Amino acid sequence: MSDTILELNNLHTHFFTDSGEIPAVDGVSFHVNKGEVVGVVGESGCGKSVTSLSVMQLVPSPPGRIVSGEINFKGENLAFASEKRMRQIRGNEIAMIFQEPMTSLDPLYSIGNQLVEAIRMHNKSSKKEARLKAIEMLDLVGIPRASEVVDEFPHQLSGGMRQRVMIAMAMACDPELLIADEPTTALDVTIQAQILDLMRDLNKEKDTGILLITHDLGVVAEMCDRVVVMYAGQVVEEGTVREILKDPKHPYTKGLIRSLPNLHEKEQKLYSIPGTVPKVTMNSVGCRFAPRCEYAFDRCFSENPALYETEDNRYARCFLYDNFEEQEVATHVGTDSRS
Amino acid sequence: MSEPILEVNHLKKYFDIRGGIFGKKVGAVKAVDDVSFTVNEGEILGIVGESGCGKSTTGKALLRLIEPTEGEVKFNDQDITQVNSEEMRKLRRDMQIIFQDPYASLNPRHTVEKIVAEPLLVHGMTNAKERKERVKELLEIVGLRAYHASRYPHQFSGGQRQRIGIARALANNPKLIVCDEPVSALDVSVQSQILNLMSDLRDQFNLTYLFIAHDLSVVKHISDRVGVMYLGRMVELADKDELYENPKHPYTQALLSAVPVADPDETGERIILQGDVPSPSNPPSGCPFHTRCPQAMDICQEVTPTFQDHSDQHYVACHLYE
Ligand SMILES: Nc1ncnc2c1ncn2[C@@H]1O[C@H](COP(=O)(O)OP(=O)(O)OP(=O)(O)O)[C@@H](O)[C@H]1O
Ligand SMILES: Nc1ncnc2c1ncn2[C@@H]1O[C@H](COP(=O)(O)OP(=O)(O)OP(=O)(O)O)[C@@H](O)[C@H]1O
Ligand code: SF4
Ligand code: SF4
Ligand SMILES: [Mg+2]
Ligand SMILES: [Mg+2]
Repeated sequence: MSDTILELNNLHTHFFTDSGEIPAVDGVSFHVNKGEVVGVVGESGCGKSVTSLSVMQLVPSPPGRIVSGEINFKGENLAFASEKRMRQIRGNEIAMIFQEPMTSLDPLYSIGNQLVEAIRMHNKSSKKEARLKAIEMLDLVGIPRASEVVDEFPHQLSGGMRQRVMIAMAMACDPELLIADEPTTALDVTIQAQILDLMRDLNKEKDTGILLITHDLGVVAEMCDRVVVMYAGQVVEEGTVREILKDPKHPYTKGLIRSLPNLHEKEQKLYSIPGTVPKVTMNSVGCRFAPRCEYAFDRCFSENPALYETEDNRYARCFLYDNFEEQEVATHVGTDSRS
Repeated sequence: MSEPILEVNHLKKYFDIRGGIFGKKVGAVKAVDDVSFTVNEGEILGIVGESGCGKSTTGKALLRLIEPTEGEVKFNDQDITQVNSEEMRKLRRDMQIIFQDPYASLNPRHTVEKIVAEPLLVHGMTNAKERKERVKELLEIVGLRAYHASRYPHQFSGGQRQRIGIARALANNPKLIVCDEPVSALDVSVQSQILNLMSDLRDQFNLTYLFIAHDLSVVKHISDRVGVMYLGRMVELADKDELYENPKHPYTQALLSAVPVADPDETGERIILQGDVPSPSNPPSGCPFHTRCPQAMDICQEVTPTFQDHSDQHYVACHLYE
């Protein structure tokens, strides 16, 4: 297990709002190995961003807070680490890029200023050297006129260029883990292809582990080694890209894949999952997917499923895979045994 | 072959850029620049292209929600750019629009009843009881319940709000609906519900759609023919299977190859375009795509290629095919 750089263990991050406590991240466990690209997929509101913000301790607080669980980064539990420690980690050992780069670029400083600062945090170079390095990196991420852009401000750049600047910043700090939260969702496909290419280079050349959050299964197929599927705050299954896309186990994952319009098929009617994602509260009982699940049976409405082992050694949070003899084993593996 | 219901000829929309203390005109954004196409009755014409290429402007100019700068828009053989506002108001019964953002396009202070009934009232259904009946019927058509009528938009999910938008558009039995990114803001599982609903409604009411989106798989799924726009121009248009299997324009080829496919066995070569889309206020000379085109030739910098039928209703604007 020495090559595991990030391991979430039964993480609970809740929001304490006027209308009650919301378990936005409800017992999430998964890991990222060195040099691996792990995708987190799921529909809007399922807790992808809150999971990644938890790792960085950037959950807006109040109302949000990590309630319990572990976030092991290279053997150190960051779940309750001090702000001082987190400042050393952020943008250093762990870099993060967001869907909207404007939120993490400072509008008041030139691109060059921000890059130079990131570079100098890492190696003791003069301002002049760092500036040259900054131009080189902008060039590397495919920014035209890099020597001019270095003196421009974030608002002067297009969305795709800003995202490239963010990647240049992430590269400047040579992180061991890059968390990318929907890095290409706001971009056009041809620009998306450029950005994904850059991220792949970073992963291959520097062996950077990447936690890629997306709702686009196409992006997942293209980028990821493994995939974690989330639904309503919980991991419902996990597997290699091939396992998840070709042989999904959980009814939700199955439905999601069948709902996709496909560029190469000529089906007339799309499959669709009825209903919408439920709002989860502390008192929710039963499988969270039950109201939309075509396989649901009585038990699904009265008990919370754990992660059960399937016959081919995978895990799915679904009673269809609960084999009574092995239930004891399964609840040990299961990450959420609260009721 | 059905008849064209809509014929667009040389449509242009330029937005003035004003500057200086006197707000003098200092330039123009060529949002739509000489676009021509037809839409046949009962068909779904998809329009794809990247952000800012002029899809929404085209859609709005067709309905004169913004005034075209130049060009002709013939709806059932009548050039609607020439009609007066009273006639236009009547024509709007037949021509509707659905927007991307169901949140922004519904008045948050009005009940669903009021939102859906409004176009009925505008077009002369003065009897309140009749309107109520019609609203109920419309809600059921789009998969909502009659009791939803008394609720407010914020009480619905994104997909349900889009259903409300569709109910409103259907109120007066339109013939043509411009759908501007109707599913782009929705999650995959809800997106497929709305796409299926829209296909069903087309069949049920013999509707014609101009379906704008940037997701190429969505457009392929729902459309009969597809047009590709780049920097205010239509660069290619063909039957959907022909376009997706045999794209001719280098931009269409790049666009299609850039779409990530949710299949780990699909390892098609991708064409990675360099650079960003140029600004429509200062588009490149000649072919607007020449700054990024992997196959650009000398002529491409100087001469704008014409949009013409290459073979069998497959239109392309590219010097490679002239
Ligand atoms: N500031 C907040 N206050 C209260 N609840 C919040 C807040 N932020 C997030 N949540 C809750 O956490 C849940 C998960 O949100 P999160 O942003 O992680 O979703 P996501 O999976 O990233 O969705 P998307 O695909 O839309 O980005 C939401 O459904 C919401 O209930
Ligand atoms: N009212 C306006 N005034 C000035 N420029 C405008 C106006 N509306 C649109 N534009 C410009 O016209 C161009 C085309 O815009 P349009 O909204 O039609 O693009 P689009 O293809 O719909 O893009 P998207 O996919 O982002 O919706 C853009 O460069 C835009 O900035
Ligand atoms: S536990 Fe029941 S409701 Fe949940 S996914 Fe499995 S079959 Fe469906
Ligand atoms: S006209 Fe020239 S630049 Fe334009 S798409 Fe064709 S080959 Fe490329
Ligand atoms: Mg998110
Ligand atoms: Mg638009």
